[in-house]
Amino acid sequence: MRRLSEERTRILFEKLSKYIGTNVKLLIERPDGLYCFREQKDRIYYVSEKILKWANNMPPEHLICVGTCFGKFTKSNKFRLHVTALSYLAPYAQSKIWLKAAAEQQFLYGNHVAKSGLGRISENAEKYQGVVVYSMTDLPLGFGVAARSTAECKHADPLATVCFHQADIGEYIRSEEDLL
Amino acid sequence: MGRKAKFTEGVVAKKGPGRKTKKQKDPLFSKALIDAKESNDAKLSSRQRKRARKRIQKVEQRKEKQLLKTQSPSPHDNSKESSEESSDEEELLLKPSKAGFSDHNNQWLKPKNKTSSKRQLHKTAEDESDSEDDEIEDENENSEAEVDESDEDMEEAEDDSEEDQDESEEEQDSDEESDNLKVQKLNDLDSDSDSNEEDNFSPESDDNDENDDLLPIEKESKKLKKRQEKEDKLAEEELQLNIANQEKFIFPAKGSEDDVKSLQDVQQRIREIVSVLADFKKLRDGKHSRSDYLEILKNDLCTYYSYNEFLMDKLLQLFPLSELLEFLEASEVQRPLTIRTNSLKTRRRDLAQALISRGVNLDPIGKWSKVGLVVYSSQVPMGATPEYLAGHYIIQGASSMLPVMALAPQENERILDMSSAPGGKASHISAIMKNTGVLFANDINRDRIKAVVGNFHRMGIINSVITCMDGRNYPQYMKGFDRVLLDAPCTGTGVVAKDASVKTSKDEIDIQRCYNLQRQLLLAAIDSVSAKSSTGGYIVYSTCSVLPEENEWVIDFALKKRNVKLVSTGLDFGTDGFVNYRHYRFHPTLKLTKRFYPHTHNMDGFFVAKLKKFSDVIPKSSNDTDEPAEDIEDSKRAAEVSDEEEEIESPKKKAKISENGVNVPTKLNGIEKKTKKLDKKIKLVKGTKEKVQKKKAKIVNQEQISEEESNNTKKKKRSKKADKLDNSKTKNDNQANKKVEGISKTNNVKAKNKKSENMKNISKESKIKNQASPSLERVDDSTEKDKGKNKNKNKKLQNKAVDKKSKISSSKKSDLIEWTDVPMDAAKKISNKMKKNTKKTIGKLKPRKSDKSSKKFKNKK
Repeated sequence: MRRLSEERTRILFEKLSKYIGTNVKLLIERPDGLYCFREQKDRIYYVSEKILKWANNMPPEHLICVGTCFGKFTKSNKFRLHVTALSYLAPYAQSKIWLKAAAEQQFLYGNHVAKSGLGRISENAEKYQGVVVYSMTDLPLGFGVAARSTAECKHADPLATVCFHQADIGEYIRSEEDLL
Repeated sequence: MGRKAKFTEGVVAKKGPGRKTKKQKDPLFSKALIDAKESNDAKLSSRQRKRARKRIQKVEQRKEKQLLKTQSPSPHDNSKESSEESSDEEELLLKPSKAGFSDHNNQWLKPKNKTSSKRQLHKTAEDESDSEDDEIEDENENSEAEVDESDEDMEEAEDDSEEDQDESEEEQDSDEESDNLKVQKLNDLDSDSDSNEEDNFSPESDDNDENDDLLPIEKESKKLKKRQEKEDKLAEEELQLNIANQEKFIFPAKGSEDDVKSLQDVQQRIREIVSVLADFKKLRDGKHSRSDYLEILKNDLCTYYSYNEFLMDKLLQLFPLSELLEFLEASEVQRPLTIRTNSLKTRRRDLAQALISRGVNLDPIGKWSKVGLVVYSSQVPMGATPEYLAGHYIIQGASSMLPVMALAPQENERILDMSSAPGGKASHISAIMKNTGVLFANDINRDRIKAVVGNFHRMGIINSVITCMDGRNYPQYMKGFDRVLLDAPCTGTGVVAKDASVKTSKDEIDIQRCYNLQRQLLLAAIDSVSAKSSTGGYIVYSTCSVLPEENEWVIDFALKKRNVKLVSTGLDFGTDGFVNYRHYRFHPTLKLTKRFYPHTHNMDGFFVAKLKKFSDVIPKSSNDTDEPAEDIEDSKRAAEVSDEEEEIESPKKKAKISENGVNVPTKLNGIEKKTKKLDKKIKLVKGTKEKVQKKKAKIVNQEQISEEESNNTKKKKRSKKADKLDNSKTKNDNQANKKVEGISKTNNVKAKNKKSENMKNISKESKIKNQASPSLERVDDSTEKDKGKNKNKNKKLQNKAVDKKSKISSSKKSDLIEWTDVPMDAAKKISNKMKKNTKKTIGKLKPRKSDKSSKKFKNKK
């Protein structure tokens, strides 16, 4: 369990702010205790300091996971969010997409969201902004990148993609092995 | 618009062969229609029915008339030459008339007026028309040989038949009277005179003729009676034969054991043998012993349920026969699919609604769980619904919720799940803790730990540390947990339904491997718990096996090796664990453990035991140093030896208990008086302190009664310290009392050791006795108090340098517990009695001291 280097912290927060904007600081400054980001084997874990203290007693070769895994740094030093970060992205998300019931299944199999499957979209979504995808019953299904801004979506072709798929909760069963 | 057209075209093209190529199916008629075709009568209205009845009656009357005409010239001419029909009519006609005037019926049946007799006539005709058709057929088949049978028989038969008729008449009277009356009035306008006159006279003539030419119907009834009797006899014989057959299960010859081929036969034989064994004295054949039968039964069970012999042996030892069959049957059937609501993300009601809207048929699992749901049927795969993916529930067996409920995690605790994969129980723990505290989820298998990671993230568990190591090494890295759950790896004999390979793959060596591992894991689990934990200090051990080797025996082992005691699991169902199993005699508190069986509880076979650690000290007297290094054979031997030892010890224990229970108090009485003065002084000095302690004790007790030893108070901590002290004294026998100054007389050491060992045993027993009484907690209280007292006393004794025998103090203490404790029943009384208790515990100082002094005297002598 290592502290993140300056550069990696910057990359991580840039990535996060694409989805939750300035709410990033809510992740750090929490009323219920100190939370921090730690790195192990290029994976980033978000965990309470209390738990981290205990976890530091375990030898790293035996330690699999602490707290919540947010994602990993690739070899080219880019940060990739995992679906496991969804529980923190969803409540703070700035722009959201709601999917029709028919399109839910498609998304959960790893497909992009087409205009025809779009149930609702938050108003201020910009192009290439990170969006959290919900079902119509407000169940967070995953997240992605808006392919079009809200305004463009209105005039888009029904088959045109509105949101590029990045991660969805279907991965929990599709690729349980590669979650970390 | 163009696109629209395209769409429709596409749709049409997709439709396939087209509408006209479809062949119309055969028409389907509703059941009602078909039924109606077959039985029109059902739909007839009452009037239609009446008319139909009239029609029939008309026809019959017509026939009667014809018959009367033909018979009147030769009334006695009742030969077989007449056609079936004619004879039939004859009977119909003649019988009722006779019924009216036979001696037996005279009392109530009198031909007062024509109408009534007429009525009877018609009714009987109707009634018997059906039943007698058959008889007539029989009659024709039978030769006339039976005609000349005794008159008495005939008469009896007559009477019987007549009575029957009468009864039926009476029954139907109310229904048909009105109809018949009307009908007959209409019909009989012309026929009245002949028929009734005939009715009146014919029976008399018949009576005379009974001897030579009986009425065919009478013959018939007679014959029938005879036949009936014969059949009855035969049936009875057959029945007895059958019973005899069953009873005399023929023991197969040695060579012929392969004769039984089909599973049906095997099953039949299993049943037979089981019935024989159920009442062995009666049903056995003289030659073969019970074991011979059991041998065959075992082989049959092995073939029928495809178990290997070893496992079947084990199960035969475990269950009584009837229960064994149930267990085996239940093990063939899958348990119902159950899910557990993730209380971190949703509520059960909401989840149930969401799932029901997806076409899932479910119900709450039972009163004992607030998060469990049983799924009866579902149209969607339960492991892939969006709710599942969002972590609202997890698929988990009902039995898997029990150990966690037994563990009863509290918020802000540090808890370890030693073998957690795939994370069902661990996530349950975390959900109960509401994501507070720290949960360590460990598993040895790197592949399976991925499932834990996946499940935890899906369920939104953030207070977890997931590790992958051998659980036996865990105490090396981390200790001091508040609670530990050990769902030990096992042979899986309780979950045969899930994995049938258990049936054949397990062997003695596998079980040995399993329980060795389990013992080591359990010791590691106990070592990693902190006895000083304010809220916890609990270990829950569970397996999905039903074999006592992996359950009770392991616990028993741990009880010997570590300072732990069994406490109630808090589960209000399940069967109690074994205390005695075959030649094994386990610790009596093992009845506090719980067993769950597929056939009785409809959940996987399971075992749950809850241990409380009362001291962190690892007793050295038991040679546990060689335990981890033990290989299988050694451990087995050792265990067996230990069992034997225990068996030998047990009578001794009892004897000693009786001694201590009866004799000690009497001894003490005399010395009490002397020591009273001393104690008063002590009281005066310590009075203030004790008052404080009393109050604290009260608080503790009340809390413990209300909750489950949950709340931390200073008192408890103190008592634990004292506890530790005590244990160091008792358990470190030879090394003991380094703290206590100037103690050990070397000559007495051995004797003391022996004594203390015995005393330990006694203390166990006494505790158990106390625990048998409903208030478990109270025992703890008293012990704790004692310990507190001990502490005080120790100080005193140190001052006076009297405490040479402090080693034995704990054992004495235990005696005193037994001696002084008053079993309490009602929780209500407890608070009242607490005061008394505290007084008593104060009083305990006296006997203890006196005891010591007496011992001193002995030693001096």
